[in-house]
Amino acid sequence: MSKDDQILEEFASKEYEHGWNVDIEADSAPPGLNEDIVRFISAKKEEPEWLLEWRLKAYRNWRKMVEPEWANIHYPKPKFEDIIYYSAPKQKKKIESLDDVDPELLKTFERLGISLTEQKRLTGVAVDAVMDSVSVGTTFKKQLAEQGIIFCSFSEAVKEHPELVKKYIGSVVPSNDNFYAALNSAVFSDGSFCYIPKGVRCPVELSTYFRINAANTGQFERTLIVAEEDSYVSYLEGCTAPQRDENQLHAAVVEIYAAKSAEVKYSTVQNWFPGDKNGKGGIYNFVTKRGICAGDYAKISWTQVETGSAVTWKYPSCILKGDHSQGEFYSVAVTNNYQQADTGTKMIHLGKNTKSRIVSKGVSGGKSQNSYRGLVEIHPRAENSRNFSQCDSLLMGDQCGAHTFPYIEVKNKSSQVEHEATTSKIGEDQIFYCTQRGIDEESAVALIVNGYCKEVLNKLPMEFAVEAQKLLALTLEGSVG
Amino acid sequence: MSKLTKEQIDQFFIEQFESFEQQLNGEKSLPLHKTRKEAFDTYKQSGFPAPKDEEYKYTNIAKAFASHISSVETSDIELTKEDVQKHFISKLKAINLVFVNGELNTSLSDLKDLPGGLIIENINDAQTKYESDFASYFNKADMAGADNFFSLNTAFTNGGAFIKVEKSAIIEQPLACYFFSTSQKNDMISQPRNMIIAGENSQATVIENFITLGEHASFTNAVTEITLEQDAIFNYYKYQNESDKAIHVGATMVEQRGKSVFNAGSFSLRGMMLRNNLNIAIHKPHSETNMYGMYLLDGKSHVDNHSVVDHIAPDCESNELYKGVLDGKSKGVFNGKIFVRQAAQKTNAFQSNGNILLADTAEVDTKPQLEIWADDVKCSHGCTVGQLDADQLFYLKARGIDEKTAKSMLLKAFAADVITTVKVDALRELIEKNIEERI
Repeated sequence: MSKDDQILEEFASKEYEHGWNVDIEADSAPPGLNEDIVRFISAKKEEPEWLLEWRLKAYRNWRKMVEPEWANIHYPKPKFEDIIYYSAPKQKKKIESLDDVDPELLKTFERLGISLTEQKRLTGVAVDAVMDSVSVGTTFKKQLAEQGIIFCSFSEAVKEHPELVKKYIGSVVPSNDNFYAALNSAVFSDGSFCYIPKGVRCPVELSTYFRINAANTGQFERTLIVAEEDSYVSYLEGCTAPQRDENQLHAAVVEIYAAKSAEVKYSTVQNWFPGDKNGKGGIYNFVTKRGICAGDYAKISWTQVETGSAVTWKYPSCILKGDHSQGEFYSVAVTNNYQQADTGTKMIHLGKNTKSRIVSKGVSGGKSQNSYRGLVEIHPRAENSRNFSQCDSLLMGDQCGAHTFPYIEVKNKSSQVEHEATTSKIGEDQIFYCTQRGIDEESAVALIVNGYCKEVLNKLPMEFAVEAQKLLALTLEGSVG
Repeated sequence: MSKLTKEQIDQFFIEQFESFEQQLNGEKSLPLHKTRKEAFDTYKQSGFPAPKDEEYKYTNIAKAFASHISSVETSDIELTKEDVQKHFISKLKAINLVFVNGELNTSLSDLKDLPGGLIIENINDAQTKYESDFASYFNKADMAGADNFFSLNTAFTNGGAFIKVEKSAIIEQPLACYFFSTSQKNDMISQPRNMIIAGENSQATVIENFITLGEHASFTNAVTEITLEQDAIFNYYKYQNESDKAIHVGATMVEQRGKSVFNAGSFSLRGMMLRNNLNIAIHKPHSETNMYGMYLLDGKSHVDNHSVVDHIAPDCESNELYKGVLDGKSKGVFNGKIFVRQAAQKTNAFQSNGNILLADTAEVDTKPQLEIWADDVKCSHGCTVGQLDADQLFYLKARGIDEKTAKSMLLKAFAADVITTVKVDALRELIEKNIEERI
């Protein structure tokens, strides 16, 4: 075996660092999905009548829909009848302080390196930790409340701010938008709700950590962010999940509403279990993320670093409705072994003088397939609109694939759209340059890839940028020889 | 027939095929007919492509067909030499081939005194006369990009041209193919099917020109299959300045079987709905492929250029450049696919699509697509949609050039890098004249 193969072997046999299973007795619904299950979930969460009706409507729509097959991904279809649609950690009482939190749970977070207490003391990040489906503890809530910012779990929001939830839920992603969004709308268990009132600049980066815990539990969270006029918020989402043999389904919905002159920044680092080196197991990540710049001068920015999941199917989008509004999408998608990613964005230009920018960097190694799929649509009314897209792919190894599917539709004469894409591998001269200066090949690759992704990583908030860089190096270790 | 549903269109072609089979008589026993039948079975599986089909998302041929094609009858119009010659490209010294409603017309074509090494036959005769060539070069149904229109054309193969350029033959004069639809009395459907073999070390140029005569609508579903053997050099041009009642679907299926050079140029100026499928498969290392295209549209013209370059062999290079200028209510669609298979290491593939919109009612839908399974490659694609640069316009106007002239200068400059690639002088002059007139 050559040295290269050895490195490859070593890396490939490395177990998923975050793979373990904490035993918390779950309070679950029976597997399968029917109207009764939807009612059960709704009843469990003590929801008002209108929300139950909304769920049932979504469920009925979902029954009529078929799973989408157009994406460039291949996987055994999830068996929707075998999924447990509701599972909550048993801790159900209202929690005032972290001391009341189940120590098992806290230990889990500590292993993930996101101890709530530590986060709270050191980083100044308010963390709303979602474990399986029920929100466990929320920090910094009081401080935020003083400014009128609402940051809580979705179920809490339904109880305490029903008028806001009712007004905005489904306004950006309608419950019949697509197969997985409809499924989520019917059975969503929990998620986060965030409301920034007029003129408020959120002082901290809001953050939620998602974890998938009990076996065979689909996680269906729902996030709703509403930014009123002249407000600003930066929202962070990060994910890890324990090792499993069965494919797990994750179908989340994120909705962002930005009113006049509001700015929302949404950052994601996703590191769910990608399956082992033979492509067994791993998470199915089918997410619908969409934001609307409803008012003039609004701005929505998506930044994502995707390194995990067996199958990813995700297109964070912006509807630029207000005049002069802006949409941004920065993405790094890294796939290795048998991972498949079909990700990109949609920029729908409706308002005048709207601007959008897309920067997508794909890195594929092993036997993985990495696709960029994007749509830029300029409507006749969207005069003087501007779009710039760049999608680059880096191939590491001759077994992987990189694909680009950009759709560009322009319907007026004053707009300007540019798209460019390149595909290449790491240059031997670049590696040589590094090795000649005493940097070993492995570090050279990490260095070059980090440089290649820098444009996107720079857009992440500090805490995430560090984590993301580590993730990139870890995911790619040994994939070039 | 008014507004047909997809089922009715499918039924219509089933009936057409039945009556077509009846008039074939004895020919039914020949192997070509087996191929026709198989192709029709393939076609029947999903029928006429509808917009639900991803490849026809922006170009609804079914709708255009349903709302414009009716009263289809066989035509009894006889064309004279004078009728066809007025449509010939002026000043072009060429071997002219005339096709009337898809069939090669021997009396109107220059089939006498062909230069040495050039064989032109009716495809129906060629199947027995050149049996081995036929077996090896006809019906490239396995190629990436072969769709249902291709199968439909194969099913109706009849009377097209079999063109063979023999080993080491260099044909100096281009072959100019004129496809006439006689729509003077009623709507016409024609499905020309040609096959061209560029033998080892040969060189040739083919120009295809499509013309609808008369006021009625025409539906053309053309297929040209081209095969290049070792060291062949082949130039292919397609020129479309059609009637406003012309619906056209044309597939050019190119296989570069040996190390060879293939140059394509496609120029679309007018037509109700024109769809060009240019599919190229590169089988041997060190081959070169160049594709250039220009669409200059106004009125309600709709032009869709789809291309597939399938890099199967390593060390090849492909270049693609398409440019469009759209005015009025026209619509331009571009979809370029580059596939780089796993074995095709050291591929260089470049693709670019530039568009200028001159009116708010015009539309561009472009989708440059890369699919790559090999790592040691250099591939890039880019596309732009915009308008004339205000600074450049100002520069010219500041020097006393009026707006109209300035605009036309800029547009000509925009188109120049496509137009200058045309190696046939008479054709290039014709295109330049068209641009001049349009602007």
